[in-house]
Amino acid sequence: MDTDYKVIIEFKDVYKSFNGILVHNGINLSILEGEIISLLGGSGSGKSVLLKELIGLMKPDKGDIILLDNNVTQMNEEALIALREHIGMLFQGAALFDSLTVFENIAYPLREHLKLTEKEIQERVAEKLHLVGLSGIEKKMPDELSGGMKKRVGLARAIATEPEIILYDEPTTGLDPMTAQRINDLIIELQKKLGITTIVVTHDLHCVKTVSDRIAMLHEGKIVAVGTWEELVTSNIQVVQDFIGGKYFM
Amino acid sequence: MNVLLSIDIIAKKFILSVGQVTLLTVKGLGGIFVPPFNLKLVSREVDTFGAGSLLLVDIIALFTGMVMALQTIYGLSIYGAEMYVGSVVSLSLVRELGPVLTSIMVGARVGSGIAAEIGSMQVTEQIDAMRALGASPIKKLVTPKMLAAMITLPLLTVTADIIGIFGGMVIALFELDIDRIFYINSVLTTIKISDLLSGIGKTVFFGLLIAVIGCHFGLKTTGGTTGVGRSTTITVVTISISILISDFFLTKLFLILF
Repeated sequence: MDTDYKVIIEFKDVYKSFNGILVHNGINLSILEGEIISLLGGSGSGKSVLLKELIGLMKPDKGDIILLDNNVTQMNEEALIALREHIGMLFQGAALFDSLTVFENIAYPLREHLKLTEKEIQERVAEKLHLVGLSGIEKKMPDELSGGMKKRVGLARAIATEPEIILYDEPTTGLDPMTAQRINDLIIELQKKLGITTIVVTHDLHCVKTVSDRIAMLHEGKIVAVGTWEELVTSNIQVVQDFIGGKYFM
Repeated sequence: MNVLLSIDIIAKKFILSVGQVTLLTVKGLGGIFVPPFNLKLVSREVDTFGAGSLLLVDIIALFTGMVMALQTIYGLSIYGAEMYVGSVVSLSLVRELGPVLTSIMVGARVGSGIAAEIGSMQVTEQIDAMRALGASPIKKLVTPKMLAAMITLPLLTVTADIIGIFGGMVIALFELDIDRIFYINSVLTTIKISDLLSGIGKTVFFGLLIAVIGCHFGLKTTGGTTGVGRSTTITVVTISISILISDFFLTKLFLILF
């Protein structure tokens, strides 16, 4: 990774606890413009919470989060709504709106953020569905789709506004290997085509290895290692070796 | 000591909930005046609240009116005043039973529906997705439901009052063999505008209560599908109790006002 890249996301001493249980114990992490960084860690290690804190869906107890030169922790909901125009997020379970069609789901952020004509919205939705390989399913309801299709529609929705940053929360969890690989390919393709800064939260090692420029390992509330796959594989840090060796999956 | 500790915890939780519900009410009502205004969402909610509850409310009102008439005839016959059944039935329905029974029925049906809908959206991260996509759940979900409930409940109450009075008339005709014109006249001469305003005025507040409590427990849902079940149950219980308690204070208020 070229170190001249600009830092566009920064976690500074972030603390967060739930019911007295410390989830983040002083997180420090810088993310560079245009890179794909994976946050690796066991289940319940607070990876998804970190993403939610980043876009202001949750507030940390202490610390600062700088996103596109804004301190997210000090912004109100109105300011956050405006900032979220620049960010797309794929949720773990896709989080498609049950009561809306695929078309309406993808058109949702377009209607909220951009002033497009109905024709432009239709064209944008068709384009994004084509990009995720699901052309022609605009009229389907979310409950008519398979898990993999839901994730891809969720991805189409996340990139509909052509954001500068995209966040993936467990993009391959629960998918068969072929669909998981397809999602991995899409993550790489989108980054290459659109140059989107990408954060992938996962505990899927294959996904991490395939897509990441850099990997940050989260353990016991702290970032214990940051580096490329090769650097992590050869790391002397015991917890990194245990994780990649599979101890935490036993 | 443990009992004191439990009371302390319950009291704190109660105060916290009251604060959260108040804040949600203020934000939800504030949403009415902040553009963009989405009338489509409100009309969809009005349809769900109103059209979906109409038959249920009217069946209950019909039988309540009939039972009221039977009991009133029995009670008044002791004094030989059973001819005034229309006055008693209509006054009871318009001032009290119509608004309260309608609100409790709609509260149970619609309030639980709101809690289940929003609760399911909460546990499947759809609320988070809505916020992440740049929309406000208050503006998209809470405000339209509040508005719809405040519009619909008074209308449903008017139909319940009419059907209930009609039910009383059917019983009066069969049991006492009185003239229906006499019954209608006794109703019309008894009911004043202030009685109507008092009864219907309360339902605007009850509607607000139903929507806010349903939305509050929906948004607070955690713990998957079990959590959704818990939220719907507590919503129905809280709405029923809140309606009955606030009814006392509103009745007192309207008696002072009119």
